[in-house]
Amino acid sequence: MSEIPQRQAYGIALADYGAINPQVVVLDADVSSSTLTKYFAERFPGRFFNLGVTEASMVNVGVGLALGGAIPFVNTFAALLTLRACEQIRTCVAYACTNVKLIGGYAGLSDYKDGPTHFATNDVALMRAMPNMVVLAPADNTEAALLVPVIAEHEGPVYMRISRAAVPDVFGNGHTVRIGQGTLVRPGNDVTIIGSGSMVGRCVQAAELLAKEGISARVLSMTSIKPLDVELVCQAAEETGALVTAEDHTILGGLGSAVAEALAERCPTPIEFVGLKDTFAETGPDPDTLMDAWGLAVSDVAAAVRRVLQRKR
Amino acid sequence: MHDHPESLIRELQKRARQIRLDVLDMVYRRGAGHPGGSFSCADMLAALYFHHLKIDPARPDWPERDRFLLSKGHAAAALYSALAQRGFFPIEDLQHWGHLGAHLQGHPDRLKTPGVEMSSGFLGHGLSIAVGMALAQRLHGPRYHIYVMMSDGDMQSGVAWEGALAAAKFKTSEVTVLMDYNDVQLDGPTHDIMPLEPLANKWRAFGFAVIEINGHDLRQILEALDTALEIHSLPTVIIAHTTKGKGVSFMENSAKWHGAVPNEAEYARARAELKGYVL
Repeated sequence: MSEIPQRQAYGIALADYGAINPQVVVLDADVSSSTLTKYFAERFPGRFFNLGVTEASMVNVGVGLALGGAIPFVNTFAALLTLRACEQIRTCVAYACTNVKLIGGYAGLSDYKDGPTHFATNDVALMRAMPNMVVLAPADNTEAALLVPVIAEHEGPVYMRISRAAVPDVFGNGHTVRIGQGTLVRPGNDVTIIGSGSMVGRCVQAAELLAKEGISARVLSMTSIKPLDVELVCQAAEETGALVTAEDHTILGGLGSAVAEALAERCPTPIEFVGLKDTFAETGPDPDTLMDAWGLAVSDVAAAVRRVLQRKR
Repeated sequence: MHDHPESLIRELQKRARQIRLDVLDMVYRRGAGHPGGSFSCADMLAALYFHHLKIDPARPDWPERDRFLLSKGHAAAALYSALAQRGFFPIEDLQHWGHLGAHLQGHPDRLKTPGVEMSSGFLGHGLSIAVGMALAQRLHGPRYHIYVMMSDGDMQSGVAWEGALAAAKFKTSEVTVLMDYNDVQLDGPTHDIMPLEPLANKWRAFGFAVIEINGHDLRQILEALDTALEIHSLPTVIIAHTTKGKGVSFMENSAKWHGAVPNEAEYARARAELKGYVL
């Protein structure tokens, strides 16, 4: 497990990148102490704009900044950003193809203590359905930090979700991440587990568990949910013949759906989905206990692998 | 008072009339569009595009140009006429409004049409986008003025008032709102559907300088636009009292003509009235 929460890794990286790229400006909706964009605000107060609880307007202010030549990182809780400002994102960011970077904090169940109002469990589905939008879910703190310059230097709309919690470390020094590119985390031949965001570390743990049963599970990190690395997915499908997807999100419309769409079109392969089963979950004592209780446990990933292997031809 | 010669007023009246004639032709030809709200803002568009705005049709992306945002995107036909007359694209393009492959979409699309600063269609967005533009130019320059044309319906959307909060916080004197207040919306009179009054006091309470004018009086429009540029501490709203469907007797003050298309006889009568129409 990482020493600091993913949001902190993002907040530090954003502030550091602010020193390199003067075009970057940061907007927040009264939660900069939570998303940790406050680090940027402290260092670059003239390039930080707190819009209060006006998420819809904040996205539009970001649009205006982008039209004026700035690179706006627009931050708040992922559920508020993608639900309350959904129409602004559709019309003024995606349709108008403005250079706005939408960063949704408190992704998935990571805001365990505040309950389902605050959980973002359909943000990926909503953002995937926006033409022109890139959708990213960093697997760990290394990726959360690496993606800040990647997002800033990509011309066009981007959505990235960030966990409030500490997530397992997956990648070390020397890792690189690119839009549209997945990463092989662990080799394997019998089955492939594809994870995104905070689930990637759990997928690795599941693969370790399964190895003790003699099952060789490949693990892919699909940080770039859109555009999806279809080649990597299809290669895994052809070489291992069975897949499991795992995401801190509803199974409707997220990573699992993206992978299934690619498979159905290119290389139909048995697949099982780990994620929230069309439900809202509940408040919990801590992120990991909550995820375990709602079908996102390492044992749930392993069980999905055993199920899909029974369907493998 | 700013001095605007009679010849200028006459010229702008002619431009406004041409905008209305173009709108009528475009809506009739296409069998779709929004004549009422296009006619109500035609005089203000004429004042902006043929006198006030610092723009250059040869350089639609000139960095120092003034920005005009049509927040009430359903008046697209009026904007398209103004842009075409001003030389941003050929006049004949107006005939292809809404055709497959044409650059003129049902509502404005910044990626397709030269001179369109921002895509619009759903109401309420313009003001907060203008605030963002004001913040951007303070950081990176160059300096320019931003005009937002809003409607009754715009001012019923929550995001518009969120934008007003932001404009007040950041004291965006770079932003002037032109409110085309025709008091008619799709379903009926605005004062019945969802009243906006006391509108001037609401804007004042939100931190705006308020100028109220007759939005069909070009002298008053020009005067208000000049005055707004001299207000350096606050954003300004010009509340322009207008008549929906202005210029065509049977369309005036009628919700029916928000988004209706005239039949052949109505078209002929409307055209005759507009041809003879002088303020």
